Amino acid sequence: MKNEMHVSFSAQNSNVIFARTIALGFLVNLKISVNVLNEIKTVISEAVTNAIVHGYKNDATKLVEMDMYIDSEELTIVVKDYGVGIEDVEVAKQPMYSTKESEDRAGLGFTIMEVFTDELVVESKLNEYTIVTMKKRYHEE
Amino acid sequence: MNVQMTIRGGTLVMRLKGDLDQASIESLKRKSVDIIDKYYIRNIVFNFEEVSFMDSSGIGYIIGRYTQVKNRRGRIIVCSMNSLIERIFNLSGLKRICSVVENEEQATKILEAA
Repeated sequence: MKNEMHVSFSAQNSNVIFARTIALGFLVNLKISVNVLNEIKTVISEAVTNAIVHGYKNDATKLVEMDMYIDSEELTIVVKDYGVGIEDVEVAKQPMYSTKESEDRAGLGFTIMEVFTDELVVESKLNEYTIVTMKKRYHEE
Repeated sequence: MNVQMTIRGGTLVMRLKGDLDQASIESLKRKSVDIIDKYYIRNIVFNFEEVSFMDSSGIGYIIGRYTQVKNRRGRIIVCSMNSLIERIFNLSGLKRICSVVENEEQATKILEAA
């Protein structure tokens, strides 16, 4: 079965919950294990939080875009922002790396995305965009 | 996110309820950061029994509270985590700075014995 969805929402913290909720809604007809659903929820939360907090620096006039695609037991999640971008993606992906150390940030977002998905690709251009693409395979029960 | 806070001696027990993420930590910080300094809190017990979801923003919040109490030689104890939250906790390396126990009773015992 193929299916896809596209949504955009304001870059504000409360929309992290919205993003997780619509993702689960999109997957509701698939028989995916609770464990895998929890991993999907978590990686969406991480990617969307990054877009809001880092990409757009909590500027609620900006929009985060999220796309989801389902094809042959593989889910693709794309989270995009057109904010500050990341200077060096490899450095940013290192565990404990954070640009906002004074604000109690763990610097774990990319680590969690990497561990909980089968594939993580981060594309970014400084002051233009950041696109996070994650692939997650699942088996319908 | 709801939180019930109890202070006993230098220990703050925080019973959290709901999702611990970027959307909820802002108000949680408002409720807890000042109290920790005002009452010279040394130890914090986080009870996760009614937390169903946590991401790295929640880990960041706990690290921040550890930073607040570490100069008072305090400690952080986390209890009653579900398996998803425990996985994220293990990934974060937080076990190096916090103790993890089964329930609040065990946490209290550890602090009483100290």
